[in-house]
Amino acid sequence: MKNGNILEVKNLKTYFKIKQGIVKAVDDVSFELKKGESIGLVGESGCGKTTTALSIIRLLSDNGYIESGKIIFDDVNLAAMTEDEILNYRWNDISMIFQGAMNALNPVMRVSDQIIEAIQLHESISREEARKRVTELFELVKINPNLMDSYPHEFSGGMRQRAIIAMALACNPALIIGDEPTTALDVMVQAQIIDLINDLRKKLKMSMIMITHDLSIITETCDKIAVMYAGKIAEIGNVDDIVFNYQHPYTEKLIKAFPNIYGERQMVESIPGTPPNLLNPPKGCRFADRCHKKIGEICDNVDPSLVSIDGSNHMVACHLKEGLRNV
Amino acid sequence: MYNNIVDIQNLKIYFQIRQGFVEEVIKREKKIVKAVDNIDLSIKKGEILSLVGESGSGKTTTGRAILQLAKKTDGKILFDGDEINRKDKKYMHTFRERAQMIFQDPYQSLNPKFMVIDIVAEPLQLMKIKISQEEKIKKVIKALEFAGLKPGKDYLYRYPHELSGGQRQRVSIATCFIVSPDFIVADEPVSMLDASVRADILKLFVSMKEQKDTSFLFITHDLALAWLISDRIAIMYLGKIMEMGSADLIAGSCLHPYSQALTSVLAVVGDKRKKKRIVLEGETPSPMNIPKGCRFHTRCPICQKKCKQSEPELKEISSGHFVACHFPQKIN
Ligand SMILES: Nc1ncnc2c1ncn2[C@@H]1O[C@H](COP(=O)(O)OP(=O)(O)OP(=O)(O)O)[C@@H](O)[C@H]1O
Ligand SMILES: Nc1ncnc2c1ncn2[C@@H]1O[C@H](COP(=O)(O)OP(=O)(O)OP(=O)(O)O)[C@@H](O)[C@H]1O
Ligand code: SF4
Ligand SMILES: [Mg+2]
Ligand SMILES: [Mg+2]
Repeated sequence: MKNGNILEVKNLKTYFKIKQGIVKAVDDVSFELKKGESIGLVGESGCGKTTTALSIIRLLSDNGYIESGKIIFDDVNLAAMTEDEILNYRWNDISMIFQGAMNALNPVMRVSDQIIEAIQLHESISREEARKRVTELFELVKINPNLMDSYPHEFSGGMRQRAIIAMALACNPALIIGDEPTTALDVMVQAQIIDLINDLRKKLKMSMIMITHDLSIITETCDKIAVMYAGKIAEIGNVDDIVFNYQHPYTEKLIKAFPNIYGERQMVESIPGTPPNLLNPPKGCRFADRCHKKIGEICDNVDPSLVSIDGSNHMVACHLKEGLRNV
Repeated sequence: MYNNIVDIQNLKIYFQIRQGFVEEVIKREKKIVKAVDNIDLSIKKGEILSLVGESGSGKTTTGRAILQLAKKTDGKILFDGDEINRKDKKYMHTFRERAQMIFQDPYQSLNPKFMVIDIVAEPLQLMKIKISQEEKIKKVIKALEFAGLKPGKDYLYRYPHELSGGQRQRVSIATCFIVSPDFIVADEPVSMLDASVRADILKLFVSMKEQKDTSFLFITHDLALAWLISDRIAIMYLGKIMEMGSADLIAGSCLHPYSQALTSVLAVVGDKRKKKRIVLEGETPSPMNIPKGCRFHTRCPICQKKCKQSEPELKEISSGHFVACHFPQKIN
């Protein structure tokens, strides 16, 4: 795109139909990603991170649908595409490391064959060529290519996650989405995978969306952070803006929930209450009934919109900020 | 009064692994997993001691052994100064009341056929504590609310599958609190919880320690959480304790290369004082094939010849600070 963006998500609404009604899992989410840039989506379980990602690559489950909004990738709107059209983009341009994928590898099929199958599904190349590609991919993700014909159970957790990353890289995507790619791995393996991801992004000049509930992982891998709460973006900006100059009460609470071993030993804080039911979200600010800085009725009645702080790309959706601005 | 609630001396727990017919019968090969390989450890009364280490390092096995849920191969385990006598029924009865475990996996440890009320009240039943149904409900509600499930009455008649992972973990915490034990093995009790809610549980442990003098063996792979709530931390690698000391010492000035690597890769939010990361290469060896000499030598950034030949003992290098390394030093 002319403005250097590779992806623009505009007012995305993704809903799920269930017996009891409609789950507004993603409700008016917008963000942009520049070529080569990485953004982290962070937030509590159920806030809509995975749903945002699945909307982008259009792999929502049958009861899910994009209600409205645009997903502009390379000047085309993925949200408006037919299933056939999106096939040209999925994996070739945008690929995804699914949540829990390393435990979902086919146990009775060699790892190499699983990747070859994935490549041949998207490109018409010979088996031999595909096999050669797997060798290169293994080298890229730092697994000895001699091991490519192993079965998944012969790999450690870290190796399986590397194989999953290799598979996501198979068709040279410009954008990769990682959904909790380091969760459930041991810290040292996690550190290795983070190094690998950072290294690959530099080498391949890839853009990335990193999804995790662990804010610390994002600060190590991303340029920008979008803090999600109950289907909406509460605050978005460069990593340093969010971490050192957060404006939203929810971001503040989220940051304070993580211990800092370089600082004083201070008990972490929790956020009382639970996120609202997305079948019937509150009409005001979705965080209002858990908020420690609630101003008053306006929070219960008016949904705060995302506004820029001093005209920068640091934006926050909170009446506290809007209020200050209007004084 | 005896100072320690638990003393472990030279504890070894080995498992024999079943193999195919050829290996077992014809080749007479025996595969042994040395899950816990000679550890010494004491937990003081009213202390939280954290056992930190990666997956498979032997943390759960150690905890289970203390509670007599895993058979020891060798060594001694004392509880409140006395060796635990498994054959003495009366002793075991009191022991089961005084020592409890919060299990690692709330998906496996809760009986799916029981409702929450029966799960939480089970220890009362096991201990044949006679109370009326009314009292039972009251006690269970109190325990549930203690563990952060409020209002407790809303959860009484639910089955485990109707609860989220975090809620299940709280049920298993409530189960252990209902008999007010003196000692709790808490095996990854907050691993299923969002960061935003785990503080409640951690605070609960700290307040039990402060108000009731409850002792804890807190098992976790998260060094930062261990540092937050414990008095002392022991770092485990492949069945052995590599370093042990006060929480601040381990977090800030540990000397074993493995502990230093672990602390260096801890991600923190909102602090620029980050140390240089020491990312260890390769993988942890299999506990069926523990390297000779120092068991960490295959991955150690400062390994020398001596490390490959002889195994370092866990030595007290300054008061209360134990390190198992031939060359304990700051790496930078
Ligand atoms: N297929 C579905 N049908 C109905 N509701 C769904 C479906 N998939 C997700 N949801 C709901 O949509 C909301 C957002 O879910 P999503 O999986 O995007 O959350 P998440 O942020 O990825 O959470 P986690 O951290 O637990 O993975 C949740 O309330 C969830 O229950
Ligand atoms: N009953 C058993 N039979 C055989 N091997 C076992 C048994 N229990 C544990 N082990 C092995 O002993 C080692 C230590 O296991 P343990 O469960 O104590 O590790 P852990 O430190 O708790 O790991 P995690 O963080 O994954 O829970 C592992 O290699 C494990 O496979
Ligand atoms: S809008 Fe109001 S309730 Fe919402 S976060 Fe801001 S101050 Fe709190
Ligand atoms: Mg998800
Ligand atoms: Mg364990």
